Amino acid sequence: MTGIPDKVDVLVVGGGGAAMAAALTARERGASVLVLEAAPKDFRGGNTRHVRNIRYAHGAATDFVTGAYPVDEYYDDLLRVTDGNTNKELSRFLIEKSEDAADWMMDHGVKFQPPLSGTIGLDRTNAFFKGGGKALLNAYYATAEQMGIECRYEAEVTDLMIEDGVFTAARVSYQGAEHVVEARGLVIASGGFQANIDWLKEGWGDAAEGFLIRGTGYNKGRMLRALMDNGAETAAEADQCHAIAIDARSPKCDGGIATRVDCVIYSVMVNRSGQRFYDEGEDIWPKRYAIWGRLLAKQEDQIAFGIVDAKANDLFMPSMYPPVKSDTIRGLAEQLEIDADTLEKTVADYNAACRQGDNKNREFKPGVLDGLSTEGLTPPKSNWAQPIDTPPYYGYPLRTGITFTYLGVKVNKEARVQFKDKDGRIVSAANIFAAGEVMSGNILGQGYAGGIGMAIGLVFGRIAGEGAARNASN
Amino acid sequence: MPQTETPLTKMAAASDEALQGDQLPDLHDEARRLMTICNACRYCEGFCGVFPAMMRQNTFADGDLDYLANLCHGCNGCYYACQYAPPHEFAVNIPQAFARLRAATYRRYTWPGFLAGLFQKNGTLVSVLMAAGIGLLLLLVHLFNPPEVIHGLHAGNFYAVIPHNVMAYSFGGVFLYAVGVLLFGFWRFRRDTAPKADETALSVAGATHDALVMKYMGGGGVRGQMDGCNYPSESFSQVRRVFHQMTFWGFLLCFAATSLATVYHYVFGWEAPYDYTSLPVLLGTVGGIGLLIGPLGLIYLKRIANPNVLVEAQRGMDTGFLALLFLVSLTGLALLGWRETSAMGTLLAIHLGTVLALFLTMPYGKFVHAIYRYAALLRNRREQKR
Repeated sequence: MTGIPDKVDVLVVGGGGAAMAAALTARERGASVLVLEAAPKDFRGGNTRHVRNIRYAHGAATDFVTGAYPVDEYYDDLLRVTDGNTNKELSRFLIEKSEDAADWMMDHGVKFQPPLSGTIGLDRTNAFFKGGGKALLNAYYATAEQMGIECRYEAEVTDLMIEDGVFTAARVSYQGAEHVVEARGLVIASGGFQANIDWLKEGWGDAAEGFLIRGTGYNKGRMLRALMDNGAETAAEADQCHAIAIDARSPKCDGGIATRVDCVIYSVMVNRSGQRFYDEGEDIWPKRYAIWGRLLAKQEDQIAFGIVDAKANDLFMPSMYPPVKSDTIRGLAEQLEIDADTLEKTVADYNAACRQGDNKNREFKPGVLDGLSTEGLTPPKSNWAQPIDTPPYYGYPLRTGITFTYLGVKVNKEARVQFKDKDGRIVSAANIFAAGEVMSGNILGQGYAGGIGMAIGLVFGRIAGEGAARNASN
Repeated sequence: MPQTETPLTKMAAASDEALQGDQLPDLHDEARRLMTICNACRYCEGFCGVFPAMMRQNTFADGDLDYLANLCHGCNGCYYACQYAPPHEFAVNIPQAFARLRAATYRRYTWPGFLAGLFQKNGTLVSVLMAAGIGLLLLLVHLFNPPEVIHGLHAGNFYAVIPHNVMAYSFGGVFLYAVGVLLFGFWRFRRDTAPKADETALSVAGATHDALVMKYMGGGGVRGQMDGCNYPSESFSQVRRVFHQMTFWGFLLCFAATSLATVYHYVFGWEAPYDYTSLPVLLGTVGGIGLLIGPLGLIYLKRIANPNVLVEAQRGMDTGFLALLFLVSLTGLALLGWRETSAMGTLLAIHLGTVLALFLTMPYGKFVHAIYRYAALLRNRREQKR
């Protein structure tokens, strides 16, 4: 497969879940489709490579979800995690449109797994892909090939030719040469800008230097910038993103799910100075894991350390990197380069605040809100507050791991990008559509709940593909 | 020290190269590294038994890794699904690492220990022993029979050329030796990988079921989506399972045919030759056909399979055993077809030569995978219940 078509009906920029949903849908509507993926084939698919499940509305249990997840409940969950910071009309629309997500995916080769042990907590609301996101991508790409969709890897779009909100052609860098590809419809599904540290600094300042990028290193936000430069309206702030706590020893990019560490709720979390800074036991872990990325970002060097003892070390998922281990808290502090005197005092104060007052008779219960909290400690630890007193002690160094950024282009229900025209009025683009991370800010003003990203990509990808194909046939 | 290059030193160097990285501590370290990554990820739990078995533990002793490696059926589902597969810097390649570790299991648990090297030269071993076996049988037949007997017509009566007791005792002896070595390996492997194991009727029944239907070659997941192995390439297919089942059941049917004939002979006093429509001949014929198609199919698939998930150094062992099964079956069916002609004596010697080679190489070749796989399936079923 050499060269690149110079004219197609629908041009899809990106190669992940949203891009492929758009490409497959457009092809099914009869359009000729070209997919331009910036990454090499082995790393194709953006962050979809690293996903595991999709959160979608459904009316009943199936072989792969344990029960119903009605639209209203999904909507309430979304309002809660975003604290209402969402385009409510578009969110409700997304959730309603997600109802046939699993059927559509299966029709395009995706396979699901039964709810198993690893899916606990999400096994009712989310459907898990057998083998995860890369297996899903393999299925999509195989289906795309059968359907005659052209895909090019290591093909980077460098510029978009847009006049008065109408797209005409894209400049593409491919195999060492510059190409111009004309298309009648354009779908931008090329992700956020999380792998662009300079851009992240606009929202986070120098703290962004300390971030690790959990997913693909190819999401630099080039297309988002091109759309913004052409007057596209934006949604969400530059510092809003999905970020979690991951092992500080992870690679700069592409470490994926295995680098996550789940020690937080059974630990005391301290910063470089050896001080606590947030209630580790606020809620059960799946509801809180997404706030810790931001919390860490605000600490010195964007790093913090989870300290547990031998009693607690087997209570959470094993980590990919072995924890630092010592028989004393001081020894741990020295290995982790934490202020040792402060850490000893922090742990002693915490231990003293455990099993006080009402909590003397409470029982430590992992996995459920046990109400075993500290007394008179600031910040408190509201659950699972048992003393750290059984050596050996273990320390997990954690950093901010950014999954994807929310700042994106504004779209309407047709996934059409919203532009400001010469007179300052907001108008829908004639033939430019956006799907996935690049427009996630419409739904996610802040916060996250597992599996929503895939839903945004799938629903808006399909709508974008359909719209672009319709444009091409007119 | 300068060395003269002789064919022998060349061979030694080549075999050293093939063994690079196949030292047991290295294999265990690599498997442990991979399992630690996988246990923090767990995306592949829907494919097979290995990942749920892995999730039942937090740390991995050498014995646990040997168990997991032998539970792996090499379906490659996890390789193609893996976000960390090469060229990713984590370089996760479970099928290949586990294939290497399985081969180390075979070497380690064989008896006598000094024959462990035979696994690495298995292709050669099979060829040499088959030639020797056929040669030996032809020689013996000619030493003890005048030409007119060898080339005479005996209406399918093999015992006219080789007396029944000679055949039964010599082959029975070799067969018992092979079974003894295999059972000893099974026992020692279980001792190291499943300490204090007490099987229940349920775990035995479960493991036997999993072995007979080749459950973990079928592909996991939800109903209607179990679509086999990613073999020989990325797309899902049941073709490997089908060929493997033909081989497996072909072998079992041929074994059943021989066992039944033994019962006929000793219990009922019914002596061979048996009719074409008799049960031993029917079982042997159906099984023999399975043993023609199955091994050929598996050899073909291995030839076109993605080299990234194979261990090149093991190709000889895998192919040698399959080729031998094919030849045993081919010569057996030829013997059946021409048993009433003057070629019977010669065909009998050739067939028995291949059978002799099969029995002799069984404990030192790919056949042993069945033993350790079954031991792993037993532990898997037992732990699943907890």
